[in-house]
Amino acid sequence: MGMIIQGATGDWEVVIGLEVHAQVSSNAKLFSGSATEYGAEQNTQVSFVDAAMPGMLPVINRAAVEQAVKTGLGLKAKINNFSVFDRKNYFYADLPQGYQISQFLQPIVGEGILTIDLKDGVTREIGITRLHLEQDAGKSIHDQHPSMTLVDLNRSGVALMEIVSEPDMRSPEEAAAYVKKLRSILRYLGTCDGNMDEGSMRADVNVSVRRPGDELGTRCEMKNINSVRFIQAAIVYEANRQVDILEEGGTIAQETRLYDSVKGETRSMRSKEEAHDYRYFPDPDLLPLEFDDAFVNAIKADLPELPDAKKDRFISEMGISPYDAGVLVAEKEVADFFELVAKGRDAKLSANWVTGEFFGNLKRTGNTLATSPISADALGEVVDLVKDGTISNRIAKEVFEEMFDTGKSASAIVDEKGLKQVSDTGAIEVAIDEVIAANPEKLAEYRGGKDKLLGFFMGQVMKNTGGKANPGIVNKLLKPKLDG
Amino acid sequence: MSLDKATVAKVANLARIRVEEKDLDSLANELNAILGWVEQLGEVDTENVAPMTSVADMQHRWRADEITDGGYQQDVIANAPSDEEGFFAVPKVIE
Repeated sequence: MGMIIQGATGDWEVVIGLEVHAQVSSNAKLFSGSATEYGAEQNTQVSFVDAAMPGMLPVINRAAVEQAVKTGLGLKAKINNFSVFDRKNYFYADLPQGYQISQFLQPIVGEGILTIDLKDGVTREIGITRLHLEQDAGKSIHDQHPSMTLVDLNRSGVALMEIVSEPDMRSPEEAAAYVKKLRSILRYLGTCDGNMDEGSMRADVNVSVRRPGDELGTRCEMKNINSVRFIQAAIVYEANRQVDILEEGGTIAQETRLYDSVKGETRSMRSKEEAHDYRYFPDPDLLPLEFDDAFVNAIKADLPELPDAKKDRFISEMGISPYDAGVLVAEKEVADFFELVAKGRDAKLSANWVTGEFFGNLKRTGNTLATSPISADALGEVVDLVKDGTISNRIAKEVFEEMFDTGKSASAIVDEKGLKQVSDTGAIEVAIDEVIAANPEKLAEYRGGKDKLLGFFMGQVMKNTGGKANPGIVNKLLKPKLDG
Repeated sequence: MSLDKATVAKVANLARIRVEEKDLDSLANELNAILGWVEQLGEVDTENVAPMTSVADMQHRWRADEITDGGYQQDVIANAPSDEEGFFAVPKVIE
């Protein structure tokens, strides 16, 4: 379901490729022993290596290599046991070396696949071109001083994985699904925290347009977009801009463009064009990165169950709908919580409660899973009470809301308020008789052929029992009595 | 392969090296001589020879993922021509 832009001269298809920069979760930097933690005081997590002092030499962090290999395995990609670090040369105030150590011709991970989840349970495979390790740059702050730019090198030298996709996406929705799925996998693997607000994940978005079925058009690249919503907005704006140019007989210039989220537009960054000549060459300070199959296999043996496998298991073994399974596995914490609730219980009922009432109440009370006042066990108790008929589903929802607000257990609330469902046929019969006796006209109308009044009597019985009567039993007993 | 004056000027600019107009011709000659020599090396048949990455047969060294460095802000900025509150301060660079 690609995005088609209908121009005056015919249809245009949108083609999208993404380069995602994901910060590797590690204690220390890629080539030095300084810390990576976010939010430290400026320049306190900088070694002389990160500051590019003369004579300092890089030594690779084993954990960064392991994380890159782990991510590659998670993307079903080819792992290259031999890869090479290159220098990518450009000048900028927050790049003290004057080059970024990156991997150009021989990356650590080759081709892989990412399966994206679209609407209505549809999935599509997007090709991964490569994944390579590189250093992050420092941070420039332009608005804290009237005439100077302030530079903080804490981020300088932090390990990044650049994950490059094939130009396989055809709509902003697919690009969004790609980023979300990639983030989900990275979080499951624990190789990147996926936190876009803190910049641990950001995307360069390549967009081109073409007549459906034609060769690829000329692309433009929008750098460093750090939210899924902005990625989509940037694609829509940029694709329409390109179509407008082409329809007027113009041509697209391949260039780097800046997405301005405030104005909602992209504009040219001409200054970057000249600098695009990076003059890559192998870094003479670093030997090629080599490891054996045993190294890879040890990481493979330790891989967690990933979202796709978990989703399949939820569907095939637990009988959950593909839609619910997709919702439950998107975040590992949610999937773990659900499995605790469902353990030894009706999985479908548990899934309904987690995706329905539980999420609803989290939202209502401004909570997240991490701050939820309700534990998996507490929710499990509600599921048990519904399942064994102690309370009706409707009463259960009220009980659950109260649990959220008071922190009491489900059984305590049920006992306190006397909410136990009445399944005693004698008591229900009494209630039915009372309702019939109180509404002789309605009874006459019903018997005269107004079948719809069955609902009225049903409602009255439930009302008179305070909603506690077991609706199934009421239904069974009511009709014979009305029919006389 | 042969470099003209314009290319030499561009390379110099990319490397942030100031080269006077009058020096471009002689630099182009020098660089062309180097390129010529490299091209000559290309005549050697290296079809089945792996690239040499080190003169000694060495393996890449790895470090453990431990915090062993940093925490000396003042030392890091000590030689900066200008600094502010622990930041390096540079002339405003803005897109």
